[in-house]
Amino acid sequence: MIPELGHFALILALLVALTQAILPLVGAHRGNLTLMAVARPAAQGQFVFVGLAFACLAWSFLTNDFSVENVARNSFSQLPEVYRLTATWGSHEGSLLLWVLILAFWSTAVSVYSRHLPEDMAARVIGVMGLISVGFLAFLLTTSNPFERLLPAAMDGNDMNPLLQDWGMIIHPPMLYMGYVGFAVAFAFAIAALLSGKMDVAWARWSRPWTTVAWAFLTLGIVLGSWWAYRELGWGGWWFWDPTENASFMPWIAGTALIHSLAATEKRGAFKAWTVLLALTAFSLSLLGTFLVRSGVLSSVHAFATDPARGAFILGFLAVVIGGSLVLYAWRAPKMITGSGFTWFSRESLLLANNVILIAALGAVLLGTLYPLFMDAMGLGKISVGPPYFNAVFVPLMAPALFLMGIGPLARWKEASLPDIVTRMKWALGVALATGFLLPLTLDGFNAWASLGFFLAAWIALAVAAAFVERLRYGQGSVAYKLAALPRAFWGMQLAHLGMAVGIAGIAVVANYSSERDVRMDVNSYAELAGYTFTFRGTTEHDGPNYRAARGTLEVSRDGKPVATLHPEKRLYNASGMGMTEASVHPNIFRDIYVAMGEQLDDEGAWTVRLFHKPFINWLWFGALFMVVGGFMAASDKRYRIALRRSEMPKNVAAQGA
Amino acid sequence: MKRWLPLILFLVLVGFFARGLFLNPREVPSPFIGRTAPAFTLPRVGNANASFSPADMKGKVWMLNVWAPWCVSCRQEHGFLMQVALSGVVPIVGLNWKDKDREAEALLARTGSPYVAVPEDLDGRVGIDYGVTGTPETYLIDQAGIVRLKHIGPMNPEVWKNKFEPKLKELGA
Repeated sequence: MIPELGHFALILALLVALTQAILPLVGAHRGNLTLMAVARPAAQGQFVFVGLAFACLAWSFLTNDFSVENVARNSFSQLPEVYRLTATWGSHEGSLLLWVLILAFWSTAVSVYSRHLPEDMAARVIGVMGLISVGFLAFLLTTSNPFERLLPAAMDGNDMNPLLQDWGMIIHPPMLYMGYVGFAVAFAFAIAALLSGKMDVAWARWSRPWTTVAWAFLTLGIVLGSWWAYRELGWGGWWFWDPTENASFMPWIAGTALIHSLAATEKRGAFKAWTVLLALTAFSLSLLGTFLVRSGVLSSVHAFATDPARGAFILGFLAVVIGGSLVLYAWRAPKMITGSGFTWFSRESLLLANNVILIAALGAVLLGTLYPLFMDAMGLGKISVGPPYFNAVFVPLMAPALFLMGIGPLARWKEASLPDIVTRMKWALGVALATGFLLPLTLDGFNAWASLGFFLAAWIALAVAAAFVERLRYGQGSVAYKLAALPRAFWGMQLAHLGMAVGIAGIAVVANYSSERDVRMDVNSYAELAGYTFTFRGTTEHDGPNYRAARGTLEVSRDGKPVATLHPEKRLYNASGMGMTEASVHPNIFRDIYVAMGEQLDDEGAWTVRLFHKPFINWLWFGALFMVVGGFMAASDKRYRIALRRSEMPKNVAAQGA
Repeated sequence: MKRWLPLILFLVLVGFFARGLFLNPREVPSPFIGRTAPAFTLPRVGNANASFSPADMKGKVWMLNVWAPWCVSCRQEHGFLMQVALSGVVPIVGLNWKDKDREAEALLARTGSPYVAVPEDLDGRVGIDYGVTGTPETYLIDQAGIVRLKHIGPMNPEVWKNKFEPKLKELGA
């Protein structure tokens, strides 16, 4: 009964979404306020119905209703409760339902926080988001119904993929989707601006906080995914340039470019057309990512590949949404008149350079991701493109962008003086260069890549410090007072940039100074790595809720002093019979000690064991967290809140003019 | 012209995607298709004195179904395999894979056995020779002992109709 209720709620949600899409858009076109007024309640109603459907599916999972095919395929009676809940979005159908739920959430957020917008703008934005909802709801209902019954009911489920049974995976998909789908808001604003033909800078100011928040969520989602891969896949890597990773990384690059070009558009009216195109691109890449991951075009889990109907539907939808928006763009682009000019050396030109480099890097990632598909489609054979390509192309491309990060925030709008910047920053350049050359010597020998990384990290961090020093030099009052008076947008940007510096330092060390060993370990034998001694105390049988495990015990010591006792596991999951390696990690701020079990070698209890020493890996996660916090901070800047409050007074007259 | 460029690039991409939908990136042809099925000799479940070897099936078209008592999706395909066995179209051999607790005999006694023989691959070595990635997997082997088809995942009427029936007809079984 409950699953049918969910199915019904989903159908109602589709109908409400149709209303949300059509009436406000028609109303905005005709200047009919009554039709436009449908937008907000429709968006909120849609959220209620999708939420109800989602709750019904979650309930089916929690109560082990194996008469629902989706539950039978992706859950298991012995699965712990928290994973039964997260299994709700572990499947293809469930994750799409989550996608739609989050889109409905963002639409509702727009409906609440858009009181300061002209009515026609708000109606168009919510209407466009409604159109996207319609597409995804229709996709769910026609090809991927999560409430499909299985008759007769299965006795038990197939279990959730053991790899996903980890708490990093519990929050990774919702955060990632908050980011992916959040770009729909910027997309809808851009489309609304194109539709209305009013390409003033106001839309840039309106979409800025939304874009920044979406970007922060996406950053969090990506880093959680990376952290999960690091701990759960058992070989100590944190980024594999896998198509599914690239699918989330490409919107992130586009989003990063978008945040920066929105700044130039809002403040100076510069690159209007370019910014609109980026807003379209960021969300298009989110859709593309969904298509790539869900259609089985690139790498597939059997279940999806056997159903080309799904791929065809998403591709058709993609063609309509992206193709349509690009036609609209081409048609309206001549209307966009760029604001006042700027010289070759100014904050605008530096932001433009940042954008060009980011887009080039994006192109390189896109090419590498799709290259196997191009070759296959043209009958030139099956190949795969791996990390060597991406590292060789991506790193050199990004290095200049990172260097510019140090200068951009210090340069003036419109016209900056190069000699002036040189005077202000030459000490920082000197210190950064010295750090780059000398720091590797204190570690395990000189390495050019590490050297470049340290230089860039130090350079960005010093530029952040310089920005604060310059800001504090002027004005009255104590340092604390002046710090508190700095706008949150400034704090946010600097924190995010500092996060980049911290992350790069982490990458430079972990990529070049990690060490690992694959060793055979007899019971009570020991092995050494990076100054640590690992003593193997054998394995014991350990029963989990839905798996059996051999749990190893390794004592780690340094110079005779105990450091940690680690318990890596080799698990065999009951339902699927899948083997899993559960690594055990001892972290601190300077390094992780990471141990994973390999295979049992003989009856005496000898195992192959993988030992890793990962210096500075945690800087990577912390750097990313700084970026996330910086993003949220910037989005909460006072000017956006003032805009909100002010709008409550005059009930917009602007709509009349539409 | 410049403003149409994004659209043109996108349309080219869509063309490739449309083509890509009908290709399967994972379909790296199994190296065993068209080759002789790897030989082995294993004891039979329930009768350690009798053994089974693919050579025993020479001259017949037969299926090798890799399964295990602990595998839930194997239970899913069990009913359909019973139907296939009852129809007598093709004999099925059930390779009992990594059954450490030796539950196969009791389970088959309870649920009925679709198999003409159940060789026991306790340590999974034969599975490795066949490139088994997980249970269940099903191989179709012809009169000359050559692997003609491989299916990963539970057998069901659809797979049977689309993949196995045409191949069986072709082999004249």
